[in-house]
Amino acid sequence: MDLSKLPKLTFWRALLVVILATGFYSTLLRFAKGLGAATALSDKFPWGLWIGFDVLCGVGLAAGGFTLAAVVYIFHLKRFHPIVRPAILTAFLGYAMVAVALLFDLGRPYRIWHPLVMWNPRSVMFEVAWCVMLYLTVLALEFSPIVFERFRLEKPLRIIKAITIPLVIAGVLLSTLHQSSLGSLYLIVPSKLHPLWYSPWLPVFFYVSAIGVGLAMVIFESNLSARAFGREIELPLLAQLAKAMVVVLAFYGVIRLQDLAGRGALHYLREPSTESVLFGLEVFLGIFLPVAMLVWRRVRESREGLFAAAVLVIAGFLLNRLNVSITGMEASSGTHYFPRWTEVSVTLSLVGAGFLVFALAVRYLGVFEPHVHTKTTEKAVTGGSAPVEVV
Amino acid sequence: MSKAILVDTTRCIGCGACVGACKEANGLPQNEDKELTAETLNVVESHGGVFVRKFCMNCQDPTCASVCPVGALRKTAAGPVIYEADRCMGCRYCMMACPFSIPRYEWKLALPKVKKCTMCAARQAHGQQPACTEICPVQASIFGERDELLAEAEKRLRENPSGYIQHIYGKEEAGGTSVLYLSAVPFEALGFPANVPHDPLPMYTYRVLSKIPSVVTAGALLLGGIWWITNRREEVAKAEKDEE
Repeated sequence: MDLSKLPKLTFWRALLVVILATGFYSTLLRFAKGLGAATALSDKFPWGLWIGFDVLCGVGLAAGGFTLAAVVYIFHLKRFHPIVRPAILTAFLGYAMVAVALLFDLGRPYRIWHPLVMWNPRSVMFEVAWCVMLYLTVLALEFSPIVFERFRLEKPLRIIKAITIPLVIAGVLLSTLHQSSLGSLYLIVPSKLHPLWYSPWLPVFFYVSAIGVGLAMVIFESNLSARAFGREIELPLLAQLAKAMVVVLAFYGVIRLQDLAGRGALHYLREPSTESVLFGLEVFLGIFLPVAMLVWRRVRESREGLFAAAVLVIAGFLLNRLNVSITGMEASSGTHYFPRWTEVSVTLSLVGAGFLVFALAVRYLGVFEPHVHTKTTEKAVTGGSAPVEVV
Repeated sequence: MSKAILVDTTRCIGCGACVGACKEANGLPQNEDKELTAETLNVVESHGGVFVRKFCMNCQDPTCASVCPVGALRKTAAGPVIYEADRCMGCRYCMMACPFSIPRYEWKLALPKVKKCTMCAARQAHGQQPACTEICPVQASIFGERDELLAEAEKRLRENPSGYIQHIYGKEEAGGTSVLYLSAVPFEALGFPANVPHDPLPMYTYRVLSKIPSVVTAGALLLGGIWWITNRREEVAKAEKDEE
């Protein structure tokens, strides 16, 4: 590996090693001594960082996968094809992170398969469990062609290619259900979640904001990959994504405020409280500011402008999920929750592992196809005709 | 017909006999916990000189049972909401969702279980009443059919209108519970949540969950349709190009 081309990499590597080492310690602690020893969770606050960040945010940040798959394969906007693969990879890693985080968070993780055979269709958590399992399978299949290409496995590649459209449709439907169901989880706590966030429209908010942040993630990671791997950024494409993002975010902002007004909850914004400040930050940083920035063509078509707006959208999204799952629940719980360092280290390790796998995949698999490996792939798979049009 | 418990806080003398009896019946250590824990499923609190005991309300349409993804919590016809530990995977959604914040978790154990009062379901199955109501020396807690206890509660409110707040907590809260309370002071002052909706909470999620089949069907048709149109358009464009 040529380190001289990647001067920052040694620092990031050192950081990653430290994070993974502390995460390893926390993992041992969690499984040997239980949740009480490794987390700040309590009877009054049973869900913390691992649900609020790892699960709620992990799933949301993965939304770029189904959004772009739909854009390219259902709407046939083929010009977006070059960025589908990194989006699918991010989605797959995001969901893998969610699955691993659940193993940490469940009191008895070895029973994670129970929803397969013990059904309760009245439970949103049951729906969530099935969506995670099915969509993780769909994502693995959607990502598999990249692996098949690498090892020149023609037959499985042809099978996947044949079922691409049903696969993409299944992926979009499962994502729709899953993204919204994470919001539905909180429909059951009308008397516990702060009125700034509790709304019968939570599933819709979660779904729409996931599409917005999914687009932001594609912009964000295209930019990072461009810097880390010297890949030229697909700027005109990203500018178009940003345009779509503005529409989604503006719609999201309008329905959020409309809902507050409709429920007569606007007055909570005028009362100075932690909740009103955080709600304001979430809406201003995550919706208003990026929309105001991106309506300007000059911002939209500049690398820095796009990147800054994407970061804002992601930050606002994270704040929203943490507000719903943690801040908004604190007042009614009668206690204060702040994650223990062991919880944080597990979360950081999962994110770090995600970055690591992404970097390895970019280096060793054709994630940013078709430019790099086009020739070999074409010969191996289609005998030199058109480039393979699988996900 | 299902069984219930009526707690009249104006009669409770705070002796704590029910706490000891509960621990014995459930095989829990006799400690001095001041609030509900995984080792204390029934506790007597004092709010400004008024004693009130707190334990699982055993709701008529329990939120915990509706949210449990593996059906580990279940309302029995007899009244108790029971817990099958062997099914539970420990997601703790029941703890999150309970409008009365009752279920507790064995946080200190590597393989924990959810703990809550089950109205002594096992004793009831043998024709006995719950340990707590059996031992109560002043009949502050009584056990019986829910309908009969409701009638009794209403009778007490009627006969002593100045001695009680005119409200039976649990008659309608969260769609009705199998534990009913009477009080001389507002229930909020006794630490009861005042904003619990009166419809069964499972309705709040069912309204959305029941739409899933139509969302999936409509979504599949819509996406398939869009794909068919865009695909066809592309084929036509290609054919036209080839002709030229």
